[in-house]
Amino acid sequence: MSAIVKVREFWLAVLIAALVFAANLRAPGFASPSRLSGIVEDSSILMILALGQMVVILTRSIDLSMASNLALSGMIVALINQAAPGIPVPMLMAVAAFSGLLLGALNGVFIWGLGIPAIVVTLGSLTIYRGVIFLIAGGQWVNADAFSPSFVAFTRIEVLGLPLLVWYAVAIILAFVVLMSRTALGRSFYAVGVNPTAAVYAGIDVGRTTFLAFCISGLLSGFCGYLWVSRYVIGSVEVARGYELTVVAACVIGGISISGGVGTVAGAVLGALFLGVINGALPVINISPFWQMAISGAAIILAVVLNGRGAKRSQRLILRTAEAAA
Amino acid sequence: MVSAALLLRAGGDFRQRCRTLLSSKTGRVLKPMTIPKEPKVELSGISKSFPGVRALHKVGLRLYPGEVTALIGENGAGKSTLVKTMTGIYQPDEGEIRVSGKPVVLSSPHAAFQAGITAIHQETVLFDELSVAENIFLGHAPRGAFGLIDWRGMNARARTLLAEIGAGHIASDTKLKDLSIANKHLVAVARALSVNAEVVIMDEPTAALSYKEIQDLFELVELLKQQGKAILFISHKFDEIYRIADRYTVFRDGEMVGEGLLKDTSQQEIVRMMVGRSVDQVFPKKEVTPGDEVLKVVGYCHPTEFADIGFSLRAGEILGFYGLVGAGRSEVMQSLFGITKPSKGAVRIDGEVAVIRSPAQAVDRGIVYVPEDRGKQGAVTGLPIFQNVTLASLRKTSRHGFLRLAEEFKLAREYTERLDLRAAALDQNVGNLSGGNQQKVVIAKWLATKPRVIILDEPTKGIDIGSKAAVHEFMSELASQGLAVIMVSSELPEIMGMSDRIVVMREGRIVGEFENNATLKPEMLVRAAAGIGEAA
Amino acid sequence: MSVPSTETRHIPDRLGTPLRSAVFSWPSLLLAVGIVLFVVNSFASPYFLSPWALSDATFNFTEKALIALAMALLIISGEIDLSVASIIALASTMMGLALQYGAGTPELVLIGIATGIVCGAFNGFLVTGLGLPSIVVTIGTMSFFRGISYIVLGDQAFKGYPAGFAYFGQGYVFWVFSFEFALFVLFALFYYVLLHRTNFGRQVFAIGNNDVAARFSGIRVERVKFILFLLTGLMSGIAAVLLTSRLDSTRPSIAAGWELEAVTMVVLGGVSILGGAGTIQGVVLAALIMGLVTFGLGLLNVPGIVMSIFIGLLLIFVIALPIVFRKVRNRRR
Repeated sequence: MSAIVKVREFWLAVLIAALVFAANLRAPGFASPSRLSGIVEDSSILMILALGQMVVILTRSIDLSMASNLALSGMIVALINQAAPGIPVPMLMAVAAFSGLLLGALNGVFIWGLGIPAIVVTLGSLTIYRGVIFLIAGGQWVNADAFSPSFVAFTRIEVLGLPLLVWYAVAIILAFVVLMSRTALGRSFYAVGVNPTAAVYAGIDVGRTTFLAFCISGLLSGFCGYLWVSRYVIGSVEVARGYELTVVAACVIGGISISGGVGTVAGAVLGALFLGVINGALPVINISPFWQMAISGAAIILAVVLNGRGAKRSQRLILRTAEAAA
Repeated sequence: MVSAALLLRAGGDFRQRCRTLLSSKTGRVLKPMTIPKEPKVELSGISKSFPGVRALHKVGLRLYPGEVTALIGENGAGKSTLVKTMTGIYQPDEGEIRVSGKPVVLSSPHAAFQAGITAIHQETVLFDELSVAENIFLGHAPRGAFGLIDWRGMNARARTLLAEIGAGHIASDTKLKDLSIANKHLVAVARALSVNAEVVIMDEPTAALSYKEIQDLFELVELLKQQGKAILFISHKFDEIYRIADRYTVFRDGEMVGEGLLKDTSQQEIVRMMVGRSVDQVFPKKEVTPGDEVLKVVGYCHPTEFADIGFSLRAGEILGFYGLVGAGRSEVMQSLFGITKPSKGAVRIDGEVAVIRSPAQAVDRGIVYVPEDRGKQGAVTGLPIFQNVTLASLRKTSRHGFLRLAEEFKLAREYTERLDLRAAALDQNVGNLSGGNQQKVVIAKWLATKPRVIILDEPTKGIDIGSKAAVHEFMSELASQGLAVIMVSSELPEIMGMSDRIVVMREGRIVGEFENNATLKPEMLVRAAAGIGEAA
Repeated sequence: MSVPSTETRHIPDRLGTPLRSAVFSWPSLLLAVGIVLFVVNSFASPYFLSPWALSDATFNFTEKALIALAMALLIISGEIDLSVASIIALASTMMGLALQYGAGTPELVLIGIATGIVCGAFNGFLVTGLGLPSIVVTIGTMSFFRGISYIVLGDQAFKGYPAGFAYFGQGYVFWVFSFEFALFVLFALFYYVLLHRTNFGRQVFAIGNNDVAARFSGIRVERVKFILFLLTGLMSGIAAVLLTSRLDSTRPSIAAGWELEAVTMVVLGGVSILGGAGTIQGVVLAALIMGLVTFGLGLLNVPGIVMSIFIGLLLIFVIALPIVFRKVRNRRR
């Protein structure tokens, strides 16, 4: 019991529940199952992306190219769907994920092979990937009427009362729970972030692990490319522009330490959900949705300040009897 | 004598742990080891060079099962290079490593680990944010269904391992960062045992431990010996070496200069091998009549690191601070220099109360500090020599805040030449210099500020003998010019050779102050520092 | 062979000649790239060499370059500020608000710059006062500052700035030299002197190389970093004045994405993203190169988004190439 109270994810969950409760007071009906499932649906893509970013941040890196990767992979499948509506959607999902994987691996190659800092590489690929969207689409948008019905349906079909989009997120979250806690690869992400030197001693290839982290974040970005295009029914250069920092924000709010090695699946998911709840709650309590950005900014700052408080300064504690008496 | 008493004191507990061991390893009979013939690990003809430095030259080392071999040598003798070669971090340029008679190539740290060689380092290489169990099993965790990590099994095995080494008090699911350094060492040992390592390297494992913790560690070493592990024990402390080790190997300047059984060899002989000359090293200490009191410290306290520190320092004096590593000496000095905040106490400079809250203020008041950790705290290795030297004196070399390079070069030349710096040019990066020359740059930086008090924290740690002599000579020269010098050192010859007075610290408190005259015996300092001979 | 120890050895000041090291420096490489781009561009389009065309070209990078100058110092010190574009948005919004209350041109300029400084001080306090990592802090303030603009403006815009105000973003000092460009030249000189010719600049380098050793050398690390955040805020405020004047309007989405372009400029200019190394010359040249690429491709009717591909490739390859060369050379040995 006391162990749970010390966990920050617990308090984040409490905070989210309190937000929902407060919003429900102001606007009864907010906490209804349909509204709440709507909020979860709205946060699903962010949750998936936050998990990808988490793995990268754990290894002391950062992936700023996720949103561009998403937009490019999304555009690729949008164009394929427009040109050949007959191709089954699951195949397109695989294509999007694979394209994302390649783009992520490209980042990883430069970071692992050449040792260029991740922030520089992904800053470059952020602009490049988005530029490529323009090239392959010839500057055109893919509009709602260009998509096949099944392309759009594959995020919307309801199973057990929830749209498929949510189920994708649930499946990926579950996969991550297993990956991060029960596999050697998952644990090596933590090990590399906590202490790269010690990781080498334990037989972990730090560069390869970082590379795989970028592959994972790329894979998820690509898959989310399909989800985004299908959900918002548009493919354009502007898709998810600036979203890379929202993803980082979700991670920071979820308690994932930017200096690596610390963070949980629950934290990333709750961080994304927190932003989703704020997004969903503002309109119903008659606050202009334009407040959302400032609030999430304030939340990030607050989260960082709280994280900073938690970090103890290392001391040797030489005096066996501390000066408590004095 | 002392160690025998300690053995007795710790005996009861120890016997109990042995029983634990016996019961856990059923079917395995522990009997007194006969003297083994075959070494477990044998290194021969190992050489390793780095650009400009020959770290190891055709050295050899043999470790026997069930025995502790002490690796002895001054800082810079090549001990850590050898450890890194044995743990797969460095590849030797030539030579052969045999484990159980078979030649092996230790291509990576993991390869060494799998060959049964594990190391417990000065700074424990473990994972602070991960649990104890995971620290023990990372890389070879027990697997359950579908090849997934079996946490329950892992925790259970961790508990068994910890209990075997008498560390049952450590919960397997605590985060490592919540453990003391001593307990982290125990976790490291448990990790070694988890792969049934045959060779355990302990690289100054006692450096940051308290007296009691060191005794516990020694019991553990005894336990490992009885399990037939071959142990390499690296320490600077002779009492520890004689207490725990069976054999010794001495390194000097990258070469092996002697090996044998400790029981046949006196401390004097080993010291002679280490330094390659008579123990009565010549220190260039000049006689100086101390001037006025410059610094007075009264009732100086810190919540967790030190308490009731008081001493005074006169111009022209060299005040030695002796103690074991981790006695709180550096912490006191860093607090005087404004790095950490004291909880109470007063500092007077020339009789005036001085409030020092930052290094900048300390420098303004004429107190400067040459830190022990040269690479992290002393030199800015990415900047050229002249910029390092002028870093704290920019106000002098500049005009209205604008740099004057000619002035900087002039100032830098003046002090680096006085210190006999060996460098190709003043615009060379400090990172390219040897440790001794980096130290000279740091000292030059402070002298350029014309300080009143200079604090040198382990000033000759890890630097070559030539630079060491230069630093000593210069220190003496400074004192004779009226500078007040504080020297923190853990080396007895240095502290006795250079100081006018010696303050001894233990566990954050001053436990003795001695005039350095003919009546002072080294034993008196050692006993004070270790707390031996008190009613304990 | 043996030198008597009493004799002091003479250590020369420098190993190589300054000229030699200058020729092989990063700025020289950038200069070469710039010249090539210039020549290629002048062949590719007949309009390129017209003074007015070149003058027009400066407008699309000077505001970002002004921020990049201060950002360079910040990154050299080992910190970063990702909130600069949001500071522009907030400063522009504050100017717009002041306009509603009838502020004249001097007040507008003052308010824009003051907002920038206050935002910089806020970042500086969070980073140096509370000891938080600047990359996350400024991701937070990036949302926060622009978020305030959205609260104030929503989907509206402030328009109708006074006629005199237009001079800052649209006026010319002399012939084809715009006020913006003149300001950039002045600030480039200012930052060059500050970074390379003053004690303060030396302290910035020392902190970026090793902030612990810098602190142990008596440098007031927190104060230096705080000043750098203030300067970055100030430059963002100035950029806000110029941009608002040039566009003659304020929208909350103003200058979106500029933070990453400014960082790109700094890194392309040879500043180490890990801190401790870099030059203002490099950053200025990087700004000019980015301007040339954008302008040249613009003349060839290449859309802006495609130009960004070139900028991104330039960023990665300019950093990757020396590393690849070094690796190849080391392998040969």
